[in-house]
Amino acid sequence: MLQNWPILSLVTFMPLLGVAFLLMIRSTGPVADNNARYVALWTSGFTFIISCVLLFGFDNNASGYQFEEFAVWIEGTGINYHMGVDGLSMPFVLLSTFLMPFAILASWKSVNHRVKEYMIAFLVLETMMIGMFASLDMLMFYLFFEGVLIPMFLIIGVWGGPRRVYAAFKFFLYTLLGSVLMLVCMLAMYNMAGTTDIVKLTDFDFAPALQTWLFLGFFASFAVKVPMWPVHTWLPDAHVEAPTAGSMILAGVLLKMGGYGFLRFSLPMFPEASEYFAPFMFALSVVAVIYTSLVALAQSDMKKLIAYSSVAHMGFVTIGIFSLNEQGVAGAMFQMISHGLVSAALFFCVGVVYDRLHTRDIDAYGGVADTMPRYAAWFMFMMLASVGLPGTSGFVGEMLVLVGAWQAAPWVAIFSATGLILGACYMLWLYRRVVFGRAVKRSVLNMPRLEGRETFIFVPLTILVIWFGVYPSSLIDVMDVTIGDLLSHISSGLTLAQAGQ
Amino acid sequence: MSFSLESLYFALPESILAIASLLVVLVVAYGGDGQANRTRVKRLTLAAYAIALLSVWSIGPQSAVILNGLFAVTPLTHFMKILVLLGAMAATWMVEDRWGEGIERPEYNLLVMLATLGMLLMVSANDLMSLYMGLEMQSLPLYVIAAMRTKSVKSSEAGLKYFLLGALSSGMLLYGASFIYGYTGTTNFGEIATALGAGPSAGLIVGMVFLLAGLAFKISAAPFHMWTPDVYEGAPTPVTALFAIAPKVAAMALILNVTYGAFGTISFQWGQVIMALAVVSMIVGALGAIMQTNIKRMMAYSSIAHMGYALCGLAAGTTEGATGVMVYMTTYIIMGAGSFAIILLMRRDGEPVEKLSDLTGLSATHPLLAAGLMIIMFSMAGIPPLAGFFGKWYVFLAAVNAGLVPLAVIGVLTSVIGAFYYLRIIRLMYFQEAEQALDTGLAFQNKAVLTVCLVLIVFFVFLIGPIREQADFAVMSVFSQGLS
Repeated sequence: MLQNWPILSLVTFMPLLGVAFLLMIRSTGPVADNNARYVALWTSGFTFIISCVLLFGFDNNASGYQFEEFAVWIEGTGINYHMGVDGLSMPFVLLSTFLMPFAILASWKSVNHRVKEYMIAFLVLETMMIGMFASLDMLMFYLFFEGVLIPMFLIIGVWGGPRRVYAAFKFFLYTLLGSVLMLVCMLAMYNMAGTTDIVKLTDFDFAPALQTWLFLGFFASFAVKVPMWPVHTWLPDAHVEAPTAGSMILAGVLLKMGGYGFLRFSLPMFPEASEYFAPFMFALSVVAVIYTSLVALAQSDMKKLIAYSSVAHMGFVTIGIFSLNEQGVAGAMFQMISHGLVSAALFFCVGVVYDRLHTRDIDAYGGVADTMPRYAAWFMFMMLASVGLPGTSGFVGEMLVLVGAWQAAPWVAIFSATGLILGACYMLWLYRRVVFGRAVKRSVLNMPRLEGRETFIFVPLTILVIWFGVYPSSLIDVMDVTIGDLLSHISSGLTLAQAGQ
Repeated sequence: MSFSLESLYFALPESILAIASLLVVLVVAYGGDGQANRTRVKRLTLAAYAIALLSVWSIGPQSAVILNGLFAVTPLTHFMKILVLLGAMAATWMVEDRWGEGIERPEYNLLVMLATLGMLLMVSANDLMSLYMGLEMQSLPLYVIAAMRTKSVKSSEAGLKYFLLGALSSGMLLYGASFIYGYTGTTNFGEIATALGAGPSAGLIVGMVFLLAGLAFKISAAPFHMWTPDVYEGAPTPVTALFAIAPKVAAMALILNVTYGAFGTISFQWGQVIMALAVVSMIVGALGAIMQTNIKRMMAYSSIAHMGYALCGLAAGTTEGATGVMVYMTTYIIMGAGSFAIILLMRRDGEPVEKLSDLTGLSATHPLLAAGLMIIMFSMAGIPPLAGFFGKWYVFLAAVNAGLVPLAVIGVLTSVIGAFYYLRIIRLMYFQEAEQALDTGLAFQNKAVLTVCLVLIVFFVFLIGPIREQADFAVMSVFSQGLS
């Protein structure tokens, strides 16, 4: 029965209902601000609860899309309102709905000006993110994909740090430049296939010579989003200047849009080009893993360090995707979900101490374990998950990616494995400098302990990280069938092309 | 074809405006210069637009050639006339003449109405004679109102510059028309198209290029854009608002009719001219706006860029391209009306201000106005899901489908440059603190226009289907046979 409900649309547009409520708050002052916070929290929480229907109603063994919705949008042009999820997009929809309430909680006290507008921006952002993962129409996908820029630009620019204007512009223009090239490719695809329906486009055979160009167009957009070396330079700026919650969502969900895009468009629609460009992608990813890890070692700003570590971790994701085998793709998916949870938590860790001392400079801390012992424990756990400690979700993802990479190209596995060591270096070193040592600085000594609200954010994130670490098949089962279908689709596309030659 | 009363039915909107303007002349002449008379004139003109709009609506998307082939009424002219009249209505309604700026005379609205009549004639022109007649009918009143702020040197300069360059472009247009007449022996669009069936001669192509150059001046496509920034800046703001909203739609309709109608069989030849205009306009518009500090000058460059994007669809030379142009002009007119609803309200201590820096911190002092301008700026930058994106989607789609991929790539790249200066306005309003607030108290009509425009922009995802369908129907019913 539930299959007949437009659950996906409900989940996607529920946050906009909250926006409508927020727009009705006309008064100003602390009470109105508090109301705005609660409206946003309840809306995003409720959205998460509805999205759980997707989780329980999802059939792991069925191939194809589930919870599909279809309506004619632009008459007679093959552009329709088409929603649906499969094993690739379902985890991301849930990741988005799951992280959003915590992002709002994380900014409960740190954001005190223009609270209503802040909450509106976040709820609009949520709609855009969910819609992007759930749409099965290329034009809709593009609307949501680009629409994300509007709230994120404002979040960085209005509530960000001192260099927020620079960071917001860099983020916006960088991403837009990539996306418009994808737009031209989408137009060309629409022209050839006569539809923007992703399901039909997946089955459409694009000529090999053309696939190269289309792949490069989509690459321009997704590589910036992932971000891949060398187009990652917007990310450290955006992360450093964004407010804590903005960083959480940026690292937690927005970076995954690139990886998801590769899996949804590049691989199934341009299989030959994907195979052709795989060594190129490997090379970029390996450079990302090693180079950005080294850069992370040299950072003195906590957020910047974690931002660079994100680039390195996303390097594993692109390695996994383009290894084009079961372990690699599953590992990439797993790594994305895991990184979504861990990096959001890590940025929150920074946010917690930033709220207290208003600096992200590593040297300003030291001995935090003395004043905030519980915080030190949470931080340590998330730090180890980021390093890839066995028993945490980070381990499973990196392990699978390395196995997949070894099958595809051993040199990639060898080089990227060094990233694991470097990752341990910079994270442990960061942790030592911030948390250990004697607390001698007066400001550190005066830091208040963790609040209940903050603990409340850490607990569920930690539970999930452990859960996926010890019982990874709970996540892998969801996407297994879809990944199998995807890979067989790619290999059939490749054999077809070889037969054609 | 002989004269019949029935043919006058199709000329009803134009007749209504013509008769009304004759009446208003009397009101202006005998009503005095007072506030009461100015209000009366404004109301009368608004009523005339409304009745003309009703008559356009009642005629519906029919096709007829009237007055011995001088004018043609088609579904396309129907669509464009609705846009022109709505634009003129918005531009008239939003302006309060007690604001000063030199337009506090009853003649102002009369001149606007005469220009609007010219625009309607342009839209349905079907002959080189009526084309020129409509064009001059529209231009002459605009020259006058551009210079209406007589105490301002800039305004006088704007009027003079506009007039001189306008006369030059008219000269080029007439020169081209004489070539066309010489080589085809007719001035009627339909007969030109028939004469072209034998294949174009070099002289005719020369004529066509001159004709297009003259028309490019009217839509301020680069390199014929020189007048635009100065006139936009120098003219009183209400006049700038009118310039930005209505005349370009009419001129674009005229270009559609000329290229697709009269020269439909040689689309390859004019396609190249239009393509060059599009590329130069997009680049000039995007780069020129970056350095501007005056919002009216910035809007001038922005409109040059917008015309460049619209011409991308035209350059495709397909029916799809014409549909794209019509969708683009629809979004353009919505965004133009919305943005000028706000620019008109920019005043401090009762005096109009027009520096970009005057918008600093607007989000703190005028949150709703700032939010509105922000949405319009995102839409102008072509960020989905707002209206501006769909216009770009359809013109670039037509360009890509016609094999003009480099044109589309240049288009999207310049739109990224364009995004920079639209974002700059958002930065001023949202990321910086106000130094000196603008006046509070919004005029009702500006709020109304702004609200309507914002609703249309934000909910354009629901409108794009019907609008595209209407545009497509209009284009298919007019141009489907003529194109090669």
